[in-house]
Amino acid sequence: MMQSVEQLQSLISRCEKQRKAHKMRLEICSGGGCTASGALQVAAALEAELDERNLRTMIESVYTDDGCGGSVAVGTGCQGFCEKGPLVRVQPGSVLYTHVTPDDAVDIVDGLVNHTIVERLLYRNPTTKKSITKESDVPFYKLQEKITLRNCGYIAPDEVNEYLATGGYQGLIKALQMGPEAAIAEVLQSNLRGRGGGGFPAGRKWSIAAGVSADQKYIICNADEGDPGAFMDRSVMEGDPHRLLEGMMIAGFAIGASVGYIYVRAEYPLAIDRLEAAIAEAEALGLLGKNILGSGFSFNLRIKEGAGAFVCGEESALISSIEGRRGMPKPKPPFPAVSGLFGKPTVINNVETLANIPDILHYGHQWFRSLGTDASPGTKTFALSGDVENTGLVEVPMGTSLRQLVFDIGGGIRGGQPFKAVQIGGPSGGCLTEAHLDLPVDFDSLQSVGAMVGSGGLVVMDANTCIVEVARFFMNFTQMESCGKCVPCREGTRRMLEILQKIVEGRGSIEDLDHLQEIGAAVRIGSLCGLGKTAPNPVLSTMELFRKEYLSHVVDKRCPAGVCKGLRRYLIDEQACKGCSRCAKACPVDAISGTIRQPYTIDQDSCIKCGACKDVCNFDAVEEVA
Amino acid sequence: MLQTEPQRHLGILQRLDTVMQRLGQQPSTLIPMLQEIQDEYRYLPEDLLTYVATALNVSPATVYGVATFYAQFSLEPKGKYVIQVCDGTACHVRGSMPVYEAICKKVRLIDGKATTDDGLFTVESVSCVGACAAAPVVTINGEVYGKMTPDAIVVIIDTLDKRGDEVS
Ligand SMILES: Cc1cc2nc3c(=O)[nH]c(=O)nc-3n(C[C@H](O)[C@H](O)[C@H](O)COP(=O)(O)O)c2cc1C
Ligand code: FES
Repeated sequence: MMQSVEQLQSLISRCEKQRKAHKMRLEICSGGGCTASGALQVAAALEAELDERNLRTMIESVYTDDGCGGSVAVGTGCQGFCEKGPLVRVQPGSVLYTHVTPDDAVDIVDGLVNHTIVERLLYRNPTTKKSITKESDVPFYKLQEKITLRNCGYIAPDEVNEYLATGGYQGLIKALQMGPEAAIAEVLQSNLRGRGGGGFPAGRKWSIAAGVSADQKYIICNADEGDPGAFMDRSVMEGDPHRLLEGMMIAGFAIGASVGYIYVRAEYPLAIDRLEAAIAEAEALGLLGKNILGSGFSFNLRIKEGAGAFVCGEESALISSIEGRRGMPKPKPPFPAVSGLFGKPTVINNVETLANIPDILHYGHQWFRSLGTDASPGTKTFALSGDVENTGLVEVPMGTSLRQLVFDIGGGIRGGQPFKAVQIGGPSGGCLTEAHLDLPVDFDSLQSVGAMVGSGGLVVMDANTCIVEVARFFMNFTQMESCGKCVPCREGTRRMLEILQKIVEGRGSIEDLDHLQEIGAAVRIGSLCGLGKTAPNPVLSTMELFRKEYLSHVVDKRCPAGVCKGLRRYLIDEQACKGCSRCAKACPVDAISGTIRQPYTIDQDSCIKCGACKDVCNFDAVEEVA
Repeated sequence: MLQTEPQRHLGILQRLDTVMQRLGQQPSTLIPMLQEIQDEYRYLPEDLLTYVATALNVSPATVYGVATFYAQFSLEPKGKYVIQVCDGTACHVRGSMPVYEAICKKVRLIDGKATTDDGLFTVESVSCVGACAAAPVVTINGEVYGKMTPDAIVVIIDTLDKRGDEVS
């Protein structure tokens, strides 16, 4: 139990020293992507191999007095390069091994002991075929700059000493020493903007809440991460939970809150376990509870598990959900900072926003402002996915161009296909095309072209993607997630979905495009919360950028990408058809006619595109064309 | 260990009491209590909903309203194997729908039903399980399978099918 700042400081120094003295470690990625490709089996094999040779040191003993020998095998959070998983990093030297299997354990441990490198497991530059030893030389990592993910993938998330050894909880110490007003000033001057989508300056929110006098205030961490295609917040919570805790403690201290809630989506059970374990560690150390480090500041943290509703990411809906009600948003004002949870002043910040706080306090606002752009300082994490070569988790300075993200870091489009678009900001965001590739990614420049940084999901699409179908997909999502409270959102999204459904099924008309535009405009203006206000974005932005593709669907009845089933046509190849009549018998709507031993034909108007003819033909004479 | 139905019921009532003691007998404890029940039964039996309403002194309509609002809660019993096909953006563009269709065909689910008649499988599409880099993703009773294809998932289901009579 730490009673004072000095005691904590000496613990931190000891951890730093012990960590430095301990050389050999295997950092095995146990993030979501690597686990799905077999990382747990790899970890077990490596541990068994170390045990076999009597080399294994447990992570706890690294931080005891005689723990410098042997090797530790730590299961870390996401190391980012999910595409090449399971990943193992060998220290010293940050040697990165990719696509590791349990069978590689013997060679890896041999290498560790003999200071040699297992060549076949190294990442190879896809063009030069040269292997790269050090992680930081791999193009995927080279352009990255990490703050919130600084420890994620490097440390054992379930061991607080590991966090302390990287300078953890120094931000809290600084805050306690400088006092609440100065801590808020530091965050204000850093111009840290909310990473949950809106980009509202965190310091401003804090000062509003600090300025209201109340017997009880709350700080809430929004860890609902509902945007499909995003897993950044998950990675921070699983890979470096103490960073989030520290950010919340500082926020609580700054605004005068004694209780914090972390609202985590239920789909993240591991994140919940890690946070619970971290809270228990912090309590045991006296970093949570009464009179923390003798400062007079008391603070407790609770976890609230979400129950599967996208709209609960919206702050007023989230508050309703914590209060035990249906997660429906409320009109604003009053803003939560004035009247939030249980009617008390409440600051809600996103996971990534809070994960920036410890370093801003520790290293100062000037350091923070030296990264990124003037109006959007710092970094942003992105989850790269879709048709990109290197899927994974990245953190780059704000203002990095889309081209760098997709091509330099992401390695370009899978299979060398042509690039079509990226969807950024999830169901509330928009699409960006070739023309936008050199745009710096920050809050304001994306807004200027009708897109948004959003939470950081970045889904890359190649030329085989049908943009109309993607728009339908997003509308389907928002329509299902609309909570039903306000009419424009409830009815508008439904009608827009119906129209899009009609278009992808080949029953659309040119008037439908006008209707989409009209309803979209109404939903945007008339909806109560951000869900409805932004729901038309994917449709309206793609209609503007890919007008031709929409026209092909409604006028020519063709899907250029060949995706929409309803627009496919079945044709009989006259050369190949033997006139056996099997297809005509199989057709459920009698759309096929002909004379025996002559080529048959399909009447396109009555064809329902079920494909039965193609399935039964013995001569491969039925073709499916886009 | 196999439990009899009354034992199971008693067990869940005790757990609900523990939740109430920990979080207080107040409306904000409603969702954690429902989560406890959902955890145990994988759906919300009606008599327990009434019990929760009485215990928290809120109306059954409030409980029902909350239970139907959130996707996590189900009022229908689910199958022994709950197969969730991720249809988040990343999985969608990498071909989650063909995987979904292959599963429905394999376990013979038709007409938009979610659970097979023998109660063995429930198939759902969900949005984003947070493993987007391994898209398309399928989870079976919480276990994550990445980079799925229609052929691969059928093989995986076959191995489950064989375990069908084991006690889980
Ligand atoms: C429909 C909807 C969903 C949202 N989902 C999330 C989410 O999953 N995570 C998040 O941090 N913010 C989400 N937000 C934004 C929050 O309402 C809020 O602006 C944010 O948590 C504030 O934190 P920040 O200032 O640190 O970004 C969502 C907003 C809307 C309208
Ligand atoms: S979109 Fe499927 S896991 Fe994220």
